[in-house]
Amino acid sequence: MGVAVRVIPCLDVDAGRVVKGVNFVDLRDAGDPVEMARVYDSEGADELTFLDVTASSGGRATMLDVVRRTAEQVFIPLTVGGGVRTTEDVDTLLRAGADKVGINTAAIQRPELLHEASRRFGAQCIVLSVDARKVADGGVPTPSGWEVTTHGGRRGTGIDAVEWAARGQELGVGEILLNSMDADGTRAGFDLEMIEAVRAVVDVPVIASGGAGAVAHFPPAIGAGADAVLAASVFHFGQLRIKDVKDGLRAAHVEVR
Amino acid sequence: MLDYGSGNLRSAERALERVGADVTVTADPHAALEADGLVVPGVGAFAACMAGLAGVDGPRIIDQRLAGGRPVLGICVGMQVLFELGVEWGERTQGCGQWPGTVEQIKADVLPHMGWNTVRAPAGSTLFAGLDADTRFYFVHSFGVRRWELAESDVLKPPLVTWAHHGEDFVAAVENGALAATQFHPEKSGDAGATVLRNWLRDVVG
Repeated sequence: MGVAVRVIPCLDVDAGRVVKGVNFVDLRDAGDPVEMARVYDSEGADELTFLDVTASSGGRATMLDVVRRTAEQVFIPLTVGGGVRTTEDVDTLLRAGADKVGINTAAIQRPELLHEASRRFGAQCIVLSVDARKVADGGVPTPSGWEVTTHGGRRGTGIDAVEWAARGQELGVGEILLNSMDADGTRAGFDLEMIEAVRAVVDVPVIASGGAGAVAHFPPAIGAGADAVLAASVFHFGQLRIKDVKDGLRAAHVEVR
Repeated sequence: MLDYGSGNLRSAERALERVGADVTVTADPHAALEADGLVVPGVGAFAACMAGLAGVDGPRIIDQRLAGGRPVLGICVGMQVLFELGVEWGERTQGCGQWPGTVEQIKADVLPHMGWNTVRAPAGSTLFAGLDADTRFYFVHSFGVRRWELAESDVLKPPLVTWAHHGEDFVAAVENGALAATQFHPEKSGDAGATVLRNWLRDVVG
């Protein structure tokens, strides 16, 4: 037996509230991230990810409180991403109780941030979050054909997504969260080709994200080389339960907890 | 719980409280010496943790506690620094030296070893009492103790060493009289981790 593949639900949080709708029964407040974190924990989630989509600074303070309360009540690892700009931001989140911090846009603007954060806090808590898509027709071609995007996939950067993941590892990140902006929201399955391409160039764990719509979509992502799978809406809307995904993985001879 | 500037201690504090401990997070040597049990957490680099620990006189506190038979529990890098030597990226750092052995990079295809893994606990283990062999614990580390180097005595009862496997075998936990340690994070290992902490507390209370 070896390390189990991780199934990770992601919660989008805006000013301390879960953004997307949910229809869990027996839940007092489905909009409370802490409450949702407890539900996912009890359902067998291996980790949790909060994506802070808050714009205002006041909302950020609220997010810290959410992280604090979650860390006090939920005893599985918690990753927090969204709007992390500086090593001080990383420090603040870790002190609030996050185990790992996801960095995205700020690293594109200043890659050294990854190195600085990794040196200061350890590689194990720095996650490079890569929002990638196929280069659009008329866009500047990249060697791999995928490019890194910002602003939720709306803005291309011209940076090769596969090279960026490798660079992230060189700069000291301990994990890559690979989110396919092409597959995101389609519920048509993960972008297996992209997972394979990134797996081929990095030795750190890869979390596959974007496109999950059915239990059958998860085993191929592991086959493509992912160490963990992340999904948001299919779990929020109760279309899939953590247990279903794990049963599906187990049936495909993938080790799960 | 010894506070020497090594990251977030809140989860570990709450996880211990959850299983009935009265926890004080402190850097005060007197409080750390007097406590019924002392938890030494640790995340990040071996050298940074060792420096932080030295900054609060941690190695001496641990020595004095153990000399008096007072329980100490090291977690993750808090376990690693109990060994003699840490080697990370070519940098060699002296550890507390409670046990001989070297903390070095694990040989595996994917590092860090991140996620839930099983362990092989020896018969008679206190920490893993009541847990099934397929119970999983949360690990996150790239370095570990790949060889247990304490020579066996013909007379003395040897420490209990628990192993895990990722690419190769490495030490997942040690139980050695008043000194115990885990490479995994019991405070992040859900109910299984709570059982380990409860078992340790039970041992502390005697």
